Amino acid sequence: MEERRVPPSEGKGGFSIIGQPLPKVDAWAKVTGDTKFADDLVLPRMAHGKLLRSPHGHARIRAIDTGRARALPGVYAVITGFDLPRVKFGILPVSQDEEALCTEKVRMVGDAVAAVAAVDEETAEAACRLIEVDYEPLPALMSIQESLAHPEVRIHEYGDGPNVHKSVALQFGDVEAAFARADLVREDVFFFEGNTHLPMEQHAAVAHFGPDGKLTLWSSTQTPHYVHRLLGRILDMPTAHIRVIAAPVGGGFGGKLDPFAHEIAACKLSELTGRPVKITCTREEVFYIHRGRHPVLMWIKTGFTREGDITGCHLRTWLDGGAYGSYGVASTFYTGVINPVSYKMPVYKFEGARIFTNKPPCGPKRGHGTPQPRFALECQIDKAAEQLGLDPADMRKRIVAEPFTKTANHLTVTTIGLKECIDRVVEASGWREKWRGWRSPAPASPGRGKRRGIGIGCSAYMTGAGTAIYWNSMPHSGVIVRADRGGGVAVLCGAIDIGQGSDSILAYLVAEVLGIQPKDIRVHPGDTDLTPVDLGSYSSRVTLMCGMAALQAAERLRQTIVKAVAQKLERDPAALVFRDRKVGVSDEWDRALTFAQAVELGEAMHGVLAFPGSYAPPKRAGKYKGGGVGPSPCYSYSACVVELTVDEETAEVELHDVWVAHDIGRALNPLLVEGQVEGSIYMGIGEALMEEQAFRKGLHKFPSMLEYKSPTTLETPEIHTILVETDDPEGPFGAKEAGQGPLLPVIPAIANAIYDAVGVRIDEVPITPDKILKALEWKRQGKPARVGPEKLPLFTFKEPIVVESAFGQPADAIASRPFTS
Amino acid sequence: MMRLPPFTYLAPRTVADAARLMAEHGGEAMLVAGGTDLYPNMKRRQFEPKVLVGLSGIPELRGVRGAAREGITIGAGTVLTTVAEHPEIARHHGGLATAAGLVSSPQLRNMGTLGGNVCVDTRCNYYNQSYEWRKAIGFCMKKDGDICLVAPGSARCWAVSSSDTAPVLESLGARVRLVSATGERTIPIADLYRDDGIDYLGKRPDEILTDVVLPPVDGWKSAYLKLRRRGSFDFPVLGVAVAVRLDAAVVREARIVLGAVASRPRPAAEAAAQLVGERLTPELIERVAGLAAGPSKPLDNTDFTHPYRKKMTRVFVARALRAIAGLTDGARAVEEVA
Repeated sequence: MEERRVPPSEGKGGFSIIGQPLPKVDAWAKVTGDTKFADDLVLPRMAHGKLLRSPHGHARIRAIDTGRARALPGVYAVITGFDLPRVKFGILPVSQDEEALCTEKVRMVGDAVAAVAAVDEETAEAACRLIEVDYEPLPALMSIQESLAHPEVRIHEYGDGPNVHKSVALQFGDVEAAFARADLVREDVFFFEGNTHLPMEQHAAVAHFGPDGKLTLWSSTQTPHYVHRLLGRILDMPTAHIRVIAAPVGGGFGGKLDPFAHEIAACKLSELTGRPVKITCTREEVFYIHRGRHPVLMWIKTGFTREGDITGCHLRTWLDGGAYGSYGVASTFYTGVINPVSYKMPVYKFEGARIFTNKPPCGPKRGHGTPQPRFALECQIDKAAEQLGLDPADMRKRIVAEPFTKTANHLTVTTIGLKECIDRVVEASGWREKWRGWRSPAPASPGRGKRRGIGIGCSAYMTGAGTAIYWNSMPHSGVIVRADRGGGVAVLCGAIDIGQGSDSILAYLVAEVLGIQPKDIRVHPGDTDLTPVDLGSYSSRVTLMCGMAALQAAERLRQTIVKAVAQKLERDPAALVFRDRKVGVSDEWDRALTFAQAVELGEAMHGVLAFPGSYAPPKRAGKYKGGGVGPSPCYSYSACVVELTVDEETAEVELHDVWVAHDIGRALNPLLVEGQVEGSIYMGIGEALMEEQAFRKGLHKFPSMLEYKSPTTLETPEIHTILVETDDPEGPFGAKEAGQGPLLPVIPAIANAIYDAVGVRIDEVPITPDKILKALEWKRQGKPARVGPEKLPLFTFKEPIVVESAFGQPADAIASRPFTS
Repeated sequence: MMRLPPFTYLAPRTVADAARLMAEHGGEAMLVAGGTDLYPNMKRRQFEPKVLVGLSGIPELRGVRGAAREGITIGAGTVLTTVAEHPEIARHHGGLATAAGLVSSPQLRNMGTLGGNVCVDTRCNYYNQSYEWRKAIGFCMKKDGDICLVAPGSARCWAVSSSDTAPVLESLGARVRLVSATGERTIPIADLYRDDGIDYLGKRPDEILTDVVLPPVDGWKSAYLKLRRRGSFDFPVLGVAVAVRLDAAVVREARIVLGAVASRPRPAAEAAAQLVGERLTPELIERVAGLAAGPSKPLDNTDFTHPYRKKMTRVFVARALRAIAGLTDGARAVEEVA
């Protein structure tokens, strides 16, 4: 079957829905409070659950006594891990290290050890306080350095060494030779502190184990499929008897991508009590669930020619993984494999290690593993540009990677709009007038100068991971489109809208193909009984992968209708047009049938009009171990300029404007893309200037939204979004991702702008006033005006896997994707 | 979610009734007005009253009376938005209007009262935590424990006075009226505070703060600067209140009071004394600001590092004095500094 693709030459004029700034299909429900999130669900006879969590960072469990809790009036059931099948699980097959309720050891403050179902939340909480757990405290290791220094204290028994979860080393070409060719070789050390997703919606789940022995779980999850797949094993029951329904998610950002203790406990408690059980986490618990940004220490060595070209790059990363594996193996690779996608980097070596600590587990936060090395690379490029006397915008533009080639580490890139992105932000920001060249800032006026600065950063990000988290040859995304005789169309897809607008995108794409309006379409998301599998809302994969599946399904429906209508109108099928809820031929538009009539004809000819679409990304993984992390159908690109003021007395940073140009491939709805870009910039600003997961005496220092500082609207500057369209051959109507990539460049752009303003380098985020003030004092004293990490861990990486660099090789022809015929 | 524990809510209509109820219920009762601080604290089990005596239904506690020339009286139940936007207060007691307008967020200023902010509980990031968190780290002496986690050798609690309006009111020489079942008294607001994180109020729990009485304006000018991470929500981690009585550009009287660097508003009297009889020149301001930072002794129990808060004391005092002196030297208007 041929795909119907609007040729790029038709441009925006060829579309009726695509490219329009339409409201999201769920906008009214969201703003009027009509949307039912998981915590809004109330079922008859529902019980309320609560988890008892560990007060120790690291301890052996000697005994748990639930007797007093069971005796409390209003308590229906109390469980520990001994009431659950004794299997360990984890989202990645290589890191099966979690228990919903710990039985042997707790590895962090906040690990769950027991769960209660009761008549109400207050009673459940009171019962938790009556559970007696006998702990034998063990030393808690709270940093990379501590964990490596104490191999005798083992957080887990598995991994690549004592407290080393994963160690990876990859080499593409001869880096030493590359450095020898360079005019300038820089070595820099950076640290990126951990931070958390902070979604508005706290995780919640409702489980109902019915009298038929079947289980239904409603949950605020970004990945109903993976939860479904894992629940069967975790609960030791047939997956066939489990239904997972993803409730609308009030913000995910990667924090709702694992199977969680509260979901599993709710299921078991429902089985035991025969009642629906709801567990809603407190904000404090969400800080413990975490799976957020890894703290990463980085050493980066790069060779540059005097023109600014990169001869080679060697990156080492140490990730503070927290107490469990989660997505950490992928995170470790991601700190290394994406940087080569943006710039010409002919030779590349990467070594990374993820270390276990007794802190909440880190995982995939927006940008998954890539904001940290991007910060390091973009700050280092700025430093190199200064030494080479180059304009940092021009230097970056010069070294942008070539489209439709391969990177050193064998990733295939398709369209690259980064040069245009740089041009556009340079122009919009007035960079040519504002950037004053590399010079020491003028002496401060006595005491209290406020200095303006401008900085730039660029980035690249994946549009969907090229491989699933478990090996398989099935589609990554499936869609069923079903037409109703009334002219309505149902779109069934396992994806879940986490606020990014996936329901809307599905509606727009199907409406475009069928010539109807988004309002004529109902999107039925993530329900494992009803919808075909989509792997989940992560890695910026949904618009592209669900979108391609939806186009295929809609096109199949369209072709069937075409046959029936062509017969009725006695016209050539190729002449039929779907437009304005009608189907007909242009020169006889008065004879056009309504879409509903066309559906009836189609159904009369074909039978039920329900068509599947499937998508799997092209198989392009590099043929080496680890080559599966990093490939993506296509990559988005962003360039960002920040203008700010630093107060030299208080070292407070005030952002004025952020210009960001994003290569979106094609904006299916520019309004939604701008929303994603603005959200990314806002989140990046928080990471750059204030957010941090800080720990003290073994505890999270401030697990609350008041004291975990995240910016408000008052700290958010004017954000000027520029969309660059490159019409990528891989995406639906040429679209790439928007949800994560734009976060990446703003963080180094802020750091570089601060340097431009006051001449100090803060090689560590968050860039807080006390760090800037310290650097300013050192500068006044004539010392190096830099605050950042001074030491690297003593750690020997494994021997690298050595592979020939694929740099500059032409991309393979856009391969025919699986399931397209 | 976090739930409130059960309690009895009483809703008197007069101050006299409220005072009687407080006497009746003794130590089991607490007063509540806007509840913006009290209810979250109850959810975290920092406060465990069995009875709440609600003040929001008492009309006599609300409103701003009088004129600045003779002295304004502000009912303790007046919400912070009203205080911030009151034209007479904004014109003559700029520091107070600024401070009231910088408390938390617009929504909380619409609920929270001046009396509530004056009496707001001292804060510490070892204390403003859930019951489970405090239990995990080991309870501190302010609630459920017997040690101080900020200064482990200390015999006292170092929780931080976190009111924005208190240092300003102290700098203005305000008095407060306290009413109980056994009588009433009006005391200088300076006497309302004690430098102890637990026993931070110099009033009995059964005494109701009914009015804040400002002295006649009489040539005083005031300013307040607040250090916090963000432009909204956050409690002060340094507050600088400066009030100066000027006579033909010569300082006749001056008060500098520091907030959020001790368990009570802390006057910098020695520094303020240096201003008297002088004109507010840039040189004098720098010298006085340096002196005023002396009494600022923050500890590591709020947002920002404590050395940073200490350093900012000098900067903020200088900026507040410059704002009063009308010196335009690059530091911007008072509100924007916060």
